[in-house]
Formats: sequence, structure tokens, C-alpha cells
Amino acid sequence: MAWPVAGVVLQVFVVVAGAPVLIALMRQVRARLEGRVGAGLSQPWRDLRKQLAKEPMAPDGSTVLFTTAPVVVLSSALLIAATAPFVSTTSPLDGMADLYAVVALLLVGSTALALAGLDTGSAFGGMGSSRTLTVAALAEPTLLVAGFALSVRVGSSNLASLVEHAQRAPSTIFSPATLLAAVALWIVVVAETGRLPVDNPATHLELTMIHEATILEYAGRDLAVVELGSAIRLVILLGLWGNLFLPWGVATTSTPGLLALGAIVFAAKVAVLGSVLAASEVLMAKWRLFRVPELLAGSFLFGVLAVSSSFFLA
Amino acid sequence: MTLVGAGLLLVSCAAGLALLMAMAPSARTRGFVSGALTCLVGLGGVLAGSAALLGSTWSATATHLLPLSQGELTVDRLSGLFVFLVGAVALATGVYSMGYPQAPRHVEGMVQPAHGTTSRTAQAALPLFAAAMVLVPTAGNVTTFLVLWELMALVSLALVLTEHRSRPEVGQAGIWYAAMTHAGLVAILLALVILSTEAGSESFAEIRDTAPALSSGTQSLVFVLSFVGFGSKAGLVPLHVWLPRAHPEAPSYVSALMSAAMVNLGLYGVLRVGFDLLGGGPRWWWLLVLGVGALSALYGVLQAMAATDLKRLLAYSTTENLGLIFVGVGAAGTFAATGQRTLAGLLMLAAVLHTVNHAAFKTLLFMGAGAVLRSTHLRDLDAMGGLARRMPFTTAFVGIGALAASGLPPGNGFVSEWLLLQGLIHSLPVSGTPDVAVAIVMPLAVGAVALTAGLGVATFVKAFGVGFLARPRSAEAAAAAEVPGTMRVGMAAAAVACGLLALAPLAPVRALESVLGVMPSIGDRRPVQGAVELRLSGITGSMSPLLIALGLAGGAVLATVVVRGLGSGRPRRTALVWGCGGTRLSPRMQYTATAYAEPLTRVFDDVLRPEHDVDVTHYQESRYLVESVRYRQRVSDRLETRLYPPLLAAANRWGQMARRLQDGSVHRYLAYGLVGLLLVLMALGVTA
Amino acid sequence: MSLLGKIRRTGRVAEPALPPPVEEPGQPSGESSADIGFRGSVQVRHVDAGSCNGCEIEIASAFGPVYDLERYGVRLVASPRHADALLVTGPVTHNMRDPLVKAYEAMPAPKRVVALGDCARDCGIFADAYGVFGAVSDVVPVDVSVPGCPPTPEAIIAALRGLSGR
Repeated sequence: MAWPVAGVVLQVFVVVAGAPVLIALMRQVRARLEGRVGAGLSQPWRDLRKQLAKEPMAPDGSTVLFTTAPVVVLSSALLIAATAPFVSTTSPLDGMADLYAVVALLLVGSTALALAGLDTGSAFGGMGSSRTLTVAALAEPTLLVAGFALSVRVGSSNLASLVEHAQRAPSTIFSPATLLAAVALWIVVVAETGRLPVDNPATHLELTMIHEATILEYAGRDLAVVELGSAIRLVILLGLWGNLFLPWGVATTSTPGLLALGAIVFAAKVAVLGSVLAASEVLMAKWRLFRVPELLAGSFLFGVLAVSSSFFLA
Repeated sequence: MTLVGAGLLLVSCAAGLALLMAMAPSARTRGFVSGALTCLVGLGGVLAGSAALLGSTWSATATHLLPLSQGELTVDRLSGLFVFLVGAVALATGVYSMGYPQAPRHVEGMVQPAHGTTSRTAQAALPLFAAAMVLVPTAGNVTTFLVLWELMALVSLALVLTEHRSRPEVGQAGIWYAAMTHAGLVAILLALVILSTEAGSESFAEIRDTAPALSSGTQSLVFVLSFVGFGSKAGLVPLHVWLPRAHPEAPSYVSALMSAAMVNLGLYGVLRVGFDLLGGGPRWWWLLVLGVGALSALYGVLQAMAATDLKRLLAYSTTENLGLIFVGVGAAGTFAATGQRTLAGLLMLAAVLHTVNHAAFKTLLFMGAGAVLRSTHLRDLDAMGGLARRMPFTTAFVGIGALAASGLPPGNGFVSEWLLLQGLIHSLPVSGTPDVAVAIVMPLAVGAVALTAGLGVATFVKAFGVGFLARPRSAEAAAAAEVPGTMRVGMAAAAVACGLLALAPLAPVRALESVLGVMPSIGDRRPVQGAVELRLSGITGSMSPLLIALGLAGGAVLATVVVRGLGSGRPRRTALVWGCGGTRLSPRMQYTATAYAEPLTRVFDDVLRPEHDVDVTHYQESRYLVESVRYRQRVSDRLETRLYPPLLAAANRWGQMARRLQDGSVHRYLAYGLVGLLLVLMALGVTA
Repeated sequence: MSLLGKIRRTGRVAEPALPPPVEEPGQPSGESSADIGFRGSVQVRHVDAGSCNGCEIEIASAFGPVYDLERYGVRLVASPRHADALLVTGPVTHNMRDPLVKAYEAMPAPKRVVALGDCARDCGIFADAYGVFGAVSDVVPVDVSVPGCPPTPEAIIAALRGLSGR
């Protein structure tokens, strides 16, 4: 039976269905810590349903890039959801994209939104676009060097191999190299998904926006697609972090039982990581834009230390 | 006569016809014929190059052509690659140049003399330049090589100076270019002369045989000199300063030829001298190459990111890409020197594939910049915008070029950058202690490549987004019109090449793998296997560019269909852009290229050091009221402003001192001659 | 870390959910919220057309922890393109007339306008002032109006819950 294919379909389903729920969970955690009740776990699904029914709009003077960018964001996120090892490591699409290709696909999504921001012809869009790419460009070195640190001991940058190696040799997870890489990649996850202290997803002040400023002009089904795409990117980044550094539960063979267990454990891991992220956001305020490069430079330093320590301390 | 010989004969005939063609009276005919001859040169190069890549070698000697020596041409796989590359670029730019010159404006009662792109010199020089570039890699001995190299430099100088009557910067650019290319020539000349003196013969074949016998000091001196000379031609820092001056001032098809074809000959020189003639060499040579490459990549991309002149941005992007190529070459040489041939083969393949990819997308981008320049007379990104509606074909082609240049999937730049990264990350062994130098250098190299890639994305989103999208920022941009058919055909050819390299890279990879065999320290190997996906042999790694592209396209189609199905079916409304309800947002209020680059310019302030000028004009009546504010930001090439003025000042001082020797007294001049002759006779007497 | 202690000590601040609003006769509401598909989700864009900020303080209170309007599916957004309902406070001054119209036109259909407070309904105490153009209904079509100077948070919640249907 084509259980590996079923595994891929299950993985994509879990990611797409669970992405709005993760957003809702993070909002709920934040609400409860602030003493409020919150809107409930199914609120983003209601929001999406309503947005799909609304009228889509395009600013005067924009080109076809503005209308196709949301679909490109969603498509790149879905492609990563299909190929990366979230539920199982035996995906038939495994050889198609390794860690570096996944990083590049994430960048494709950011670039599509950046181009759309410029295409709106408004100063907000240009500003959001410029800031998005500033953060993305400065996070690239950390991503690639931390990826280097992780792939050295396995001899490959293939994501499934990285997860399987970590599962087989749990002691490597508590080595200095992996811990340093984990810290470096956590900072990058916060930066790439636009969470505090890099960016505030709930801000109303345009001059403090990074991601939101590029989507100010979207309405209706375009907005629904962009929001879903961003939510899926959050799930992907948290899921990658979780599976690289806490690999237990990922199915290594494609049997129905292990696949189901893998899906449940993946959902639980992402839920816990999302809650931790949301709780940490309550404790801090957004940093000014020009402190973010210092944060990313610090994460790069952690990445380089991770690589060196994997040799000089192994 | 083999195909290689036939191709090269076609090249020479076309070059000869170019000189005859200059006598034709009509500028339009001349332009058309010049473009057609360049295409023929390109065709000859492509034929000869492909035949050589597929295995046929060829050589020819012309005994009485050059004084004191003989002309010798030898074509092997390495030369074949560069002949092919130059030929392909010349083919596309030849077609493009046919449509480029615009009809000169006629002043009442006067016939304007043909100048600029319609002058006889420029039109005759174009096929000649292409021919010289095609023939340089085929040179088989030192004199032929130097003659062809210098011919290429002089003809390209004439082409750079094409528009010197319309702008003063062109003359300045010409002077810098001439000075630096000749300084490079001196270094190359010294290196090759040392080699041929030690070998006792000029021919490359004999130099190759005697090179292992040279002392390591001599070998190192030769390598460093040739790296300096060829590296300057390739645009590596700190000898790159001619590139951002000469490439923007030349007509765009000349810039395309220079950026996409001529700089590769610098790479050819390093590969020929370092890997082939000297047979590899110690590790420190290649670590030096890697270091200079990494610095060039970072500096080039930072300057490109801060540039607002479109052609200057593309020129610095050439420095960036050549830097990445030399990172690959340096890493390959490092591993070849320690015997790790699998890695060396993979890295060299990555470097060579990136050369091919860069030639394809840089040609396309310069042709697009030329199309914009011809339509709008604008090079400044801050004044462009809205060209997507007025020039749809050009926008589409430049979009493909920008995707390729930014190194994102599904572009072709991503494929070679992926291979380069795979080579670098497999450099440290899975177990056991690595070499200290490699363990320090490789992570920094990966970091440099990563930062370059990230900043490259920002640069090309800026160039494409600010230049072509949204609304026009100036009247010239609003009046743009699409370019004529031949220019579109040229751009389409380059775009098709980019697309083939992006989606089906395995066919070019097979051809390039054969080049590795020419370099003895790397040897014959096939680093990449697989049909649809690139699978690395000997080390683990795989990626499929075709499947990624199909996945993205398929996902986009699926998402569109599902969303439209679930949606309400309301039609899309076009509305005024939301500007917080205040005054209507004018196109001038859109983000400019300077604004776009500002955050990154601030982060890298220490390297770029932008200069700001703020000019406030007050009303005459009151100093408290401001009439206008003028703000200017200039990012100059800091390496040029820090390193070159002291050198130029020192050269000036020496020149001034030397003038004292030339005081006009005939007696003194005769004394110089006598003393000089006596010294030479004494030296001969001592050494003989 | 004292913040974590404070969170633990404070606990839940939000008061229990209010009873769902009753449809009052005479409220100009047009189609019911179920017909236009808001179904539990309303994004609101607030525009201050010239108010004294009294209504803004009550809105902040309504969205704050005590009343917690978000639990009924209502959220404040920054861009009118993301919004379903335009919440207008204050009488419309001459300078704010054009921006208010632009904000309304920038919203995608289907959309609703809520005029909050006596000033928004009929200029309240600022009627006939030299800077005032008129009530909100003179500028954009109003669907729901909330009386009060300022309206209590409960009234604001009732109006917005009428739109969201939760």
C-alpha cells in the first residue's frame, strides 16, 4: 500500500488544518496570561471563512504580481509541508528538498510578499518590504551555518537523515554544538515568523510593522490566503525546530499506527512550542528595528560556535 | 577540418568582414551588419566550443604571423567551455545590438555626424571584440595569448568610449579602465614571461611539462602575479574599481559582453595557470583565492545593495558573483591540494556551473537595463517605476533575470549555489579531528556565502520592484515604450537559456564535468548523478530543481482553484491605494531605491560610509519658513577612495621627481646614455 | 520574573459573559448579520471623526481585560481593507469628512458602519459648532447607532455582538 504517500497527505492535512488552531492557541495563551478570556480555539477558522466571502481588492497601478503573491506564499509553504519530515521521515518526496532548499523556499515566500508590498505603490508597503528583507537577509547566515553544524555529524543536509540520526543517538542532542545551534535557530524562528521582540503581529502602528505592512492592501480571499500561508510558515518553522532538537515521536517507518502517533506527537510538540513562544512574548516588548541586527548577529555567533564546538569538543 | 577549426575560421572571417563593413555609408546598414557579424562570431564560438566540450581537440600554428615568435592555437575542454560561453553571449548580444541604436535627432539644416552607438568605430569594434574574446582561450603559447589579450583590451576600450561625446564620465571611465587593464597586463606578462624563461619555450605544452621542476618560490610568485592580473580582469576586490565605472558607461550590449563574457576570461586565466600549467600547487594559494573571493562577494553585494544606478548595481553584482565563483575555485583547490578529489570535483563543478549561470542571467539583466535606458533615458532607479504596464516583455525578462540572480528556487542561480554549499558543508569529516585551517575557514566561508545570498535577494527585489512595479516616479518613466523586436529576441534567447539551466541543469552539468579532467589535481570524475534530481556521488545529498518548480507551480494552481471554489465569487475591485485617508498618495511618495536600501545601509554603515548632503532653502522673507529641502545620499566605493588616492599621489610624486631628470640639457642626456651603456656592459660581463 | 508572580496573583480579570443582545425594534440594521456572513467574526476599524475621546476611552475599556470584547469574535484592525465594520466616534468635522469617506470606500463589501455615541448620531453637544460638518449619517450610510455620551462598554459590546452574532 502506498503508506508513504498517505503519510505525506496526512502531514499536509495536519499542517494546514492545525495552522489556524496554533494561531488561536497562541492568542488564547496570551489572553489567559493577561487575565482575559480570549476568542476560543476555532476563531481563526471563522475569520478565514468570513474573509473568503468578502470582496477582494487591488490598489490602482498594481500588477499581476500583487494578486499572485499570496498564492506563491501559500504554495511554497505547502511544498515545504509536503517534503519536510514532520510526521514521518519516509516521505517519497524526501530527496527533492534538503535543509538548504527548504530555507530557500521559505525565502521565496518572503520575497513574494516583499514584491507585493512594493507593487502596492504605497509607502507602507515599501517600508514593510524593505524591513522584511533586511531581517531575512541577516537571518540567512545563521540558518545556513546552524544547518552546517547539524549536518556535519550526519554527513548530509537531508532533513530526514538529520531527524533519524538525532533519534538514534539522543546523547548528541545534549552536546554543546546542538544546544548552541538550538539557541541560534530559536532566535531565527522568532525573527522569520515575525514575533516579539522582532515584530509585533498585533500592532496598529504602521511605522512599527514589518510583516503586517506588506499585507495592508490585501482584502477578501487574498487576505485569507496570506494569513493561512503565514500561519503555515509558523507551524513549519516551529515543527522543524521541534523535530530537529526533540525528534522523538517522528515515524521512521510507514505503518498506520506509527503515522497516527507521529501526527499526534507533532501536533503536541508544535502546540507546546507555540505556547512557550506566546508566553515569552507576554514578558517582552518589541525592540526597535536597529537592535534586531544585533540580535541576529548574536545568533550568527552562536551558529559559528556550534560548528567549531562540534569539532574541537567532539 | 574539424568542427572546432570550422567554428574558429568562421569567427576570424566575421572579424575580418567587420573591418570592411566600417566603410558602408548608412548607419542603419552598418548597425544591422555589425550585429549580424557578432552573431556569426557567436555562432562560430558556440560550434567550436560545443565540439571541444564533447571531446575533440584541435591545434594550429601560424609560423610567420607574429614577430620573434609564432602564433599557436590549442583547444582543449577547458578552452572549449569558455569559447562556448563567450560565443553564446555574443550570439544573444549580436541580435540585441541590431535594434539598439536610435535614430539620431536631426537639427534644422544640419546633418548630425554619426557618433555614439552609430559611429563606424563602435560598430566595427563590436564583432572584433567578440572575436578577440572567443580566441583568447584558444591561445596555445605566451605571445599569442598576450597579443589576443591586449587586442581584447584595446577594442573593449574603444567600445567603452563609444558615447564619450555625450557625457564626461565616459572619458573618466575609459581612463580608469585603460590604466587598470594595462596594470593587470603587466602582472600577467611578468608571470608568463617567468614561466616561459624557466621552461625555455613559449608553448603552453612545454611550460606544463617543465613547471613541476620549478622551485616552489618561483611557482608561488608566478601564481600570485597571475592571480593579481587575472583577478583584476575578473573584478575581484581590491582591483575591481574599473568595473563599476566602465560597465555603466558603455552601451548596454557592450556591458553585457564585458560582464558576462570578458570577466570569465579572468577565471579562465586562473584555472589555466593555477590548475593546468602549474599543476595545482600548495594549499595556501587556494586559501588566498578563497579569501579574496569571499571578500569580493561580500563587498560586491553590499555595494550593489546600496546602489541606485541600475547599471552600477549590475556591475557590482558581477563582482559578487565572480567572488562566489572564486570561493568555489579556492575551496576546490584547497581540497585538491590535500588529495580530497571528490570534494574538489564537486566544488569546481559548482564554480563552473555558476559561471555559466552568471553569464546567462547577467546578459539578460544588462540587456534589460539597456532596454529601459533606451526607452526612458533613465539609469536611476529612484526615478523609474511602473514599467510593467508600459514595457511588459522587458519586465517579464528582467523578472526572470532577477529571480536567477537572487539565487532563489526555481531560478538557475540557486542550483549552482546549492552545489557550492553542499561542497562546503561536506568539507569537515564526520569523525576524527579536522584540519584546523579548514575547520576555521569553511564555516566562515559558509557564513559569507549565506550573507551574500541574503543580501543578493534584497538587492534584486529592490532593482526589480522599485524599477518596474507600482507607478512611475517620473515623467520619463511614464512615457516609456516597449523596445523593438530584435532587442526582445535577444532578451528572449538569454531568458530561455536561464530557464533551461534552471529546470534541466543535468545536461549542462554533464558537459561541464568533462572539463574537470583537464585539471590534473582533480581528475576525471562525475560529481553529480541522477535524472530528474541532482544526486551527489561519494557524499550524500540530493535536490531536484525541476520537481521544486513543478511543486511550486502545481501548489499555486491548486491553491487558486480551491480558494476560488470556496470564495464568494465577488469580482476584484480596483481602488485607490490606502494612504491613511489623507491627501492622495502621489507616485513620488512611493518607496525609492535609496529608501529601500536604507536599513541595510545603516547596518553596514562601517563598510559603506554613505555621505549625506542636506540643502535647506528658506524663504527670503523669513528664516523660520522652509521653502524646499534637498537631500542627497551618495555611497562611493570606499575601497577606491581609501586605497587608490595614496597610490595615485605617490605615482604623481615620483613623476614630478622624474621631471627633474629631464631638464633640457643635451649634455646631461648624452651622459645618461653613456652611463647606461657602461652599466649594461658591466652587467653582461659579470653574468656571462 | 515579578511579572510572572503578578500574573499568577491577579488571575482572571474578565467579568462573566453578558447575556446575548436582543434585537431592538427601530434599530436600523438592514440584513441580519447571519445573512451577510459575518458569522462569529467581525474585524473593526475605528475612525475618530472629531470626538472628544470620551468614546475612545470606553472603547478601550470594552476591548480591555475586564469586558474582553475579543471573546465574542470582534477584533480591532489597522487597515480598512481588513475590516468589516467601521466604528465612527465624534461628530464629523470638516477636515475629517474626506478621510472618513475614503476609509469607508477602502473597505471591501460587505461592510457595516457603527456610529458610536450621541455625537456620531446627531452631533450631540457639538451641534452647530463651526468646525462640525454634521453627523456620521450625513457622510456615510450608518447601519447601527449606539446612543450615550459616552455609551457604556455594555452598550458597545451589545452593538458589536449584534454584528458578529456571538
